[in-house]
Amino acid sequence: MNDVLDVTLRLLLVFVVFLTFPLIVGQTEHKVMAHMQGRVGPMYAGGFHGWAQLIADGVKFAQKEDVVPAGADRRVFQLAPAVALLPYLLVLLAIPIGPGEGAVGQVLDAGVFFVLAVMGVGVLGSLMAGWASANKFSLLGGLRTAAQLLAYELPMLLAAASVAMAAGTVSLTGILDAFEWWWLPWQITGALVFFIAGLAELQRPPFDMPVADSEIIFGAYTEYTGLRFALFLLAEYAGIVVLCGLTTVLFLGGWHGPWGADGLGWVWTLLKTAVLAFIVIWLRVTYPRLREDQLQKFSWTLLVPLALAQIALTGIVKVVFL
Amino acid sequence: MTLAATAAGLVPGTAHLAAESRGFLSPTGVEIAFLLVGLVTLGAAVVTVTTRQLVHAALWLVVALGGLAVEYLLLTAEFIAWVQVLIYVGSVVVLLLFGLMLTRAPIGPSPDADSGNRWAALAVAVASAAALVWVVVDAFRATWMDLEGAPSGTTEVTGASLFQHWVLPFEALSVLLLAALVGAIVLSRKAKAASRAGAGAREGAPSPAGASPAGTAGEPTQPDTESPADKEGDR
Repeated sequence: MNDVLDVTLRLLLVFVVFLTFPLIVGQTEHKVMAHMQGRVGPMYAGGFHGWAQLIADGVKFAQKEDVVPAGADRRVFQLAPAVALLPYLLVLLAIPIGPGEGAVGQVLDAGVFFVLAVMGVGVLGSLMAGWASANKFSLLGGLRTAAQLLAYELPMLLAAASVAMAAGTVSLTGILDAFEWWWLPWQITGALVFFIAGLAELQRPPFDMPVADSEIIFGAYTEYTGLRFALFLLAEYAGIVVLCGLTTVLFLGGWHGPWGADGLGWVWTLLKTAVLAFIVIWLRVTYPRLREDQLQKFSWTLLVPLALAQIALTGIVKVVFL
Repeated sequence: MTLAATAAGLVPGTAHLAAESRGFLSPTGVEIAFLLVGLVTLGAAVVTVTTRQLVHAALWLVVALGGLAVEYLLLTAEFIAWVQVLIYVGSVVVLLLFGLMLTRAPIGPSPDADSGNRWAALAVAVASAAALVWVVVDAFRATWMDLEGAPSGTTEVTGASLFQHWVLPFEALSVLLLAALVGAIVLSRKAKAASRAGAGAREGAPSPAGASPAGTAGEPTQPDTESPADKEGDR
C-alpha cells in the first residue's frame, strides 16, 4: 500500500508540475517580452499585473468551437495534439530535481536515451498535424518540421553523449552524482550545442521556420482551433520547461550549488531552469528568424562539428587526466 | 515492411517458448502483458502492410515499432528499448514521413497502393518469419530468463557484452553503414551532376539563338516545384 501511495504521489506531483510550470513560463514570456519591447504586457486579468491572463486565455480557448476541416483526415487530425503533448509529460517523469532517489519521478537506467527518444516522438505530433490538415501551409510546416528535426537531433544526441562519457553513465541521476564544478568549462561547448539544438527541436525563435506565422500562418497548426490549438501551445511551453530542465541536469549540475546542496538542492534546479527559460524568451525577442537553408547549414556545418569536437575533448580529458 | 511483419511474427514465438518451459497453466503477469503487446504489435504490423492509406501505414509502423520497444522493456532490456524508440520511431519514421510528404501523401486511400507482388511478398515474409522463429526456438530452447531478479539488459551489461563478445559484428555493421553512406552521397552527386550537365547543354545550345531566360532558368528546378503540385493533384 505504501508503494502504491508513493507512486501515486510522485505521479501526481509530476502532473501538477506539468500543468503549472508551462503556464508560468508562458506568463513570464508575456511579461518579459513586453518589458523588453517597452510595453507592460497583460495588466487586467486577475488584478495584480495580469497574473491570470493565461487562465483567461485557457477559458477562451475552451469556449471556442472545435473545427475539423472537411478535407482533413479526421482521426489523425484529432490525435495529433495528444501525440505532441504527452511525450513531454513522460520526459518530466525522468528529470531529477534533487539529490537521492526521492527527488525524481522514476529512476531510469538509461535516462539520457529515454528523454531524447521520447522528446523526438513529440515531433511526430507536428508531422501528423501538418499532413492531416489538408492544407498547403500545414504541409509545408510539417515538411520543415521534419527537416529541422532530422538536422538537429544529431548534434543534440552527440552533445548528450559527451556528458554521458564524462560521467561514465547514461542515467540522469548518475550523471548528477558524478558532477564536479569544473565540468562546466569542460562541457561548455556541448552545453551550448545541446541548448541551441533543443531550441530548434522545439521550433522556438530564431528556429521557428516551421511555424513562421508571417509566411506560412503557423505551419502545421493553421487549421487548429480551440482546445486542440491550446494543447499545441501548451506542448511548446512544456517543451521549454523540459529542455531547460534537461540542460540544467546534464550540463549545469542540477541540484549542485555553491552552498546548501543538502536540503535546498531542488531550489538550485528550479533556479537554473528558470534562468534558462528566461534566456529562451530573451532569444525570441532578440534574434530574427533563420531562413531554411541557414537553419540546415547552421546545424550541419557548425553544431555537428562542434559536438564532435566536444566528444573528442571529453575523450582526451577523460583518458589523459582522469 | 516485411521486416516489421517478420519481427512482429517473431514475438509470439518467443512468448510461447517462455511459457512452455514453466508450463502454460501459470503464466505470470509479465508473460500475459508480453503476449498481449505482441498481439498488438503483430496487428499493427499487419495493418501497416495492408492499409491503402500511405501515411496511415507509416503511422501504424510507429505503433508496431513502439510495441516492440515495450516488449524489450518487458524483457528488462531497457537500453535497447529506448534506442529502439530513438532510432526507429524518432528518426526512421520521421524520415519516412518526410519522404512521403515530399513526394506524394494524399489524404484518403491510394488506389495504386496495392502491389502486384503481394503474394510473392507474403511468401517471403512467411518464409523469413518461419526461419527466424525456428532459429530463435532452436537457440534458446531451454533458456529461462529471470525477470524478477536483477535486470539482465541494463546499459552496463549490454555495453559490456557488445564491446567484449560482439565487437567484430559491431565493427562489420559500422563498415556496412559507412558504405551505405558513401553510396548515398555518390548517388546524389551523380544525379546532381547529370541534371547540371543536362541544363548546361540546354543552356549552351539555344542561347546564341536568344532563348528566353525563363525557360533555361526554370528547367533545372522543375523537379522541386513539381512535387507539391503532384500532391495537390492527388488530393
